[in-house]
Amino acid sequence: MSLTGIFLITFLPVHLLGNLQLMASDGGELFNTYAYFMTNNPLIKFISYGLYFFIILHTVQGLMLAAKNRKAKGSKYMVNTYSNKSWSSNNMALLGILIFAFLCIHMGDFWFKMKFTNQLKTVSTYAGYEGIAIKDLYHRVSVAYDQLWIVIVYLVGLVALAFHLVHGFASAFQTLGLNHKKYTPIIKTLGLAYSILIPIGFAIIPIYMYFT
Amino acid sequence: MKLNLKVWRQKNNKVKGAFKAYSVEASEDMSFLEMMDVLNEKLIADKEEPVAFEHDCREGICGSCNMVINGKPHGPQKGTTTCQLHMRHFKDGDDIVIEPFRAAAFPVIKDLVVDRSSFDSIIQAGGYISVNTGQAPDGNAIPIEKDLAGQAFDAATCIGCGACVAACPNGSAMLFTSAKISHLGLLPQGEVEHTKRVKNMVETMDKEGFGMCSNMGACEVECPKEISIENIARMNRSYIASVFGAAE
Repeated sequence: MSLTGIFLITFLPVHLLGNLQLMASDGGELFNTYAYFMTNNPLIKFISYGLYFFIILHTVQGLMLAAKNRKAKGSKYMVNTYSNKSWSSNNMALLGILIFAFLCIHMGDFWFKMKFTNQLKTVSTYAGYEGIAIKDLYHRVSVAYDQLWIVIVYLVGLVALAFHLVHGFASAFQTLGLNHKKYTPIIKTLGLAYSILIPIGFAIIPIYMYFT
Repeated sequence: MKLNLKVWRQKNNKVKGAFKAYSVEASEDMSFLEMMDVLNEKLIADKEEPVAFEHDCREGICGSCNMVINGKPHGPQKGTTTCQLHMRHFKDGDDIVIEPFRAAAFPVIKDLVVDRSSFDSIIQAGGYISVNTGQAPDGNAIPIEKDLAGQAFDAATCIGCGACVAACPNGSAMLFTSAKISHLGLLPQGEVEHTKRVKNMVETMDKEGFGMCSNMGACEVECPKEISIENIARMNRSYIASVFGAAE
């Protein structure tokens, strides 16, 4: 859980930096050429297959862990006071399932349409890419983010991600045995900052595109 | 003071249990177990079956007096076993719900008594430490850093009561196992067999049907000896090292 989780954690800022280009006011040229690069570079392709694999591995491991732990607890208490268990640490499986459902919607909407269908328009006039038909993913994204319900789905997904990270970030280090009097509080603070800032960064994009 | 109790009654492992309400007249100078004794005397006088609960030293060091009081193993007082919890922490007319420790690896024997022999299996899997027979060695023959001695001693305060398992929503025994591993492995006397011990104890712990740690931290809050989850991280480190073939 911890190793796959840390890999997925490192993916988020990269994904965020790329997506911030959606907010460039150039009709999508910067973002579309970036997307073209990301889908055609062999190294990125290799890493992306690793990413899909780790998402699935992390999900399967998480579900198996939740099932095993539920069985190990057996019966429940009549009175449960939940001492020191943050809400998110007690609901990691639920949050994970929510995030996975969100990922299915997210990838079905953009990734699947870009890779496996010809629904997207193409542009072949970008500077430096003349004559190459580049799929206009920017247009698809802006159409999606013009619909309020899609923006809300994204925000819900990001809130789930934030709560999942609040526990997951620091927890991954503890599982790997990295607990230290001096460094653990730093890891915890970093984790909290990370789990608030990264989802906010992602959330800005659909909100910005909805209002412009 | 008058208390309204709701106590878990279960004849044995095969039948289902249920809560039963009792009211008991106690003094605030009593310990929680003395209050239970008063209840049982009343039940015996009424020709009813007394509530079965485990107890031994009543000094907070044997780890027998296991019960979940109002949702907390060993009750609301921090760093205290049930026997050292006194009725002055409750108010007249309070409702108190008393349940056994719940985990699949701790089946109920009767009422509030659970079978914790899965802990014995983990301890047995830990094996031995290499100490020469003969006279007791000189106290200062092996120099040990103060910090290390302190950490080992903190881990050694574990009384093996099982409150960590009871508090854990995953029914995980990792705080107990890691405390036992730490108190031997941190000292030179126990370091020799450390790698083997970690591997055996962790594997036995999994075999006994305990859950996996997901770092919620409920165990260290409920532990009557306030053992830290730093020990769990230490155990994880040692287990990873033992899997990747660190020399014994």
